[in-house]
Amino acid sequence: MTKYVDQGKNDTRSGYGAGMTELGRTNPNVVALCADLVGSLKIQTFIDENPERFFQVGIAEANMMGIAAGLTIGGKIPFTGTFANFSTGRVYDQIRQSIAYSDKNVKICASHAGITLGEDGATHQILEDIGLMKMLPGMTVINPCDYNQTKAATIAIAEHEGPVYLRFGRPKVANFTPVDQKFEIGKAVLLNEGTDVTIIATGHLVWEALIAAENLEKEGISAEVVNIHTIKPLDDEAVLKSVKKTGCVVSAEEHNYLGGLGESIARVLALHHPAPQEFVATQDTFGESGTPAQLMEKYGLNNKAISEAVHRVLRRK
Amino acid sequence: MSCEKIALLLGIENKKIMATLEALEAVVEQTRRDILRMVHKVNSGHPGGSLGCTEFFVALYHEIMHLNEGFDMDGAGEDLFFLSNGHISPVYYSVLARKGYFPVEELNTFRLIDSRLQGHPTTHEGLPGIRIASGSLGQGMSVAIGAALAKKLNKDERLVYSLHGDGELQEGQNWEAIMYAAGNNVDNLISTIDFNGQQIDGATDDVLPMGNLRAKFEAFGWDVLEIEKGNDLEAVVNGMQEAKSRTGKGRPVCVLLHTVMGNGVDFMMHTHAWHGKAPNDEQLATGLAQNAETLGDY
Repeated sequence: MTKYVDQGKNDTRSGYGAGMTELGRTNPNVVALCADLVGSLKIQTFIDENPERFFQVGIAEANMMGIAAGLTIGGKIPFTGTFANFSTGRVYDQIRQSIAYSDKNVKICASHAGITLGEDGATHQILEDIGLMKMLPGMTVINPCDYNQTKAATIAIAEHEGPVYLRFGRPKVANFTPVDQKFEIGKAVLLNEGTDVTIIATGHLVWEALIAAENLEKEGISAEVVNIHTIKPLDDEAVLKSVKKTGCVVSAEEHNYLGGLGESIARVLALHHPAPQEFVATQDTFGESGTPAQLMEKYGLNNKAISEAVHRVLRRK
Repeated sequence: MSCEKIALLLGIENKKIMATLEALEAVVEQTRRDILRMVHKVNSGHPGGSLGCTEFFVALYHEIMHLNEGFDMDGAGEDLFFLSNGHISPVYYSVLARKGYFPVEELNTFRLIDSRLQGHPTTHEGLPGIRIASGSLGQGMSVAIGAALAKKLNKDERLVYSLHGDGELQEGQNWEAIMYAAGNNVDNLISTIDFNGQQIDGATDDVLPMGNLRAKFEAFGWDVLEIEKGNDLEAVVNGMQEAKSRTGKGRPVCVLLHTVMGNGVDFMMHTHAWHGKAPNDEQLATGLAQNAETLGDY
C-alpha cells in the first residue's frame, strides 16, 4: 500500500497559525479576531505583523461573531478564533442569524475540537460541532487531518466567498500530507487504494485509518482510505465511486455518530447505493478528562477501533 | 440645540430648516399610514414600536445620514444604519421604500409568501437597504461595531448608526458590545435606544427592571445624550445632529430616545398591547383618519 511518512508530529492549530501568518502577508483584507485565546490559536505572528488587523474581543464570543459579521460590510475577511465549543454551541444563534442567514463572509476557526482536547474534560470537548455547523444552510464545514493540511485549508478558505467552519485540534499528531498541497474545498483525497472495504475518515482519524489499513493488509484485507477534509459540501462522487468498488464502508471521526460525517455518508449511500456501514465515532456521550491517547482508546476512536469496525462491516457484506 | 443654532451651523437659513421639517412631517404621517396598512393587510406584524420610531427613521434617512445613490452592501463613503430590533420592520420598510431603495408598491407584499419584505428584515432575499438580518434580539450592536471598525480600517470617515429596543438590552450580548465599543474607542458609532419603557409582556420595569440606563452606559464609558421628545421631529433632528457632533472624540455615542409606543394613533399609545398586534378594519379606519395621506398611499 501507499506509504505515508510522519514528517514530525505537530498540532493542527499551529497549521492554522502558520496559515494566518501567510494570509497576513498576502491578503490585506484578512482580519483576525480572538476571544482571549491567542496562545492557543497560535496567531501571535499574525498579530505582531498586522496589529491593526487584529481584534482582541475578550471573553465575549457572541460579540465576536457579531463584530465579524459587521467587518465583512466594508470588504474585510474576518477569521474568528476560539475553542470549538465556544465557536459553535455557545454562539449558535449569532452564527445562524448574523452570519449564515445574512450570508456573511466569515471564517469561524475552531481549535481544540473533539475529545483529544484532553485533560480539560467534557465542558471543553465538543463532539457535536460538525452537526451544528453542517445543518446551517450555506455553511461550509472543513476538518483537516494534519498540520500541513490545516495550513493549506486556512489559506484556501480566504479565497472562498461565504461562511466557513474550520475545525482543528490541540494535540501534536502525525504530519504526513504534502507541504505544498493544493487544498480544494469539497474534494476528497484518496490516500490508499483498496478493494475489500472503504475507510472514510476526517481530522485526526485519518492517520489512524492509515495505520489500520496497514495492519489490515497484514491480515490480507485490502482497505481503501479516503480523507474527507470537507464534510460539507460532501464529495458524494468520491464516496460512491469507492463504495461501489468495495461494497462496504467504515466512517471514522472524532465526533458524535449523530450529526457527523458518518451520517452524511449514510445519506449519500441510502439515496444512491445502499451498502453496509459501521461508524467509528463517539456513541452519543460526553467526554471526560484524560490524555488524548487514553481518551481515543476508551471512546473507540483509534486505529484499533477502526480495524474492529472493518471486521464487523465485512461480516455484513 | 435650537433650530436657529443648527441653521447657523449648517450655514443655511432658518426658514429652509422649517420647510424641511414640514416636508419631513408629511413623510412621517405617510409612514404611519403605511405601517398601519401593512400590518392590517396580513393581520400580523409590530405596529407599536414602529409608530414610536417613525420620527427617528424619517429624520435619520432624510436629514441625518449621508447616503450614496443606490445601494451596495459595502456602503463605502456613506453612513450605515443597522436595525437591531428587527420586529419594527414596518417602519424600516416604509422609510426605505419612500427613500427610493425599492418600489413603494412592494410594501403590499409585506409578510406574504415569495416577498423580499420578510416579517423581520433580512439580506437573504436581496432587499436593497438591508445589510444584516435581525429579529433574534441583541445582535445588532456587535454588527454595527464590526462595520464601524471596517470603516476605520478603510479610512472611511462616515458614521455607523444603530437602533435597539430598551427591552432588547436585557439580552447579554449587548453588554459585551457596549463594553467593547467603549474599551476600544469605537467613536464612529451612534447607538440609539428606543426608550419606550414597554416590551411584549408589559412595562420593562415590571418584566425585568434595567435600572438607570444612562448611568449604565456612562459607567461603561459611552457619551450619552437623551432626546426627551423622541416623537417631536424637530427635537429628534436636533438631538441626532448633536449626537453626530460628539463622534470622533474617542467614545461611542449613545442616544436615549424617549418615545411613546404607538405614537400618532391615539388608541395604540402608552400601552404594550399593540407591540405585536394588527388593527382590525374599524381600528385601521380610526388610525388612518388620524394621519393624512400626504404622499399618496401605495
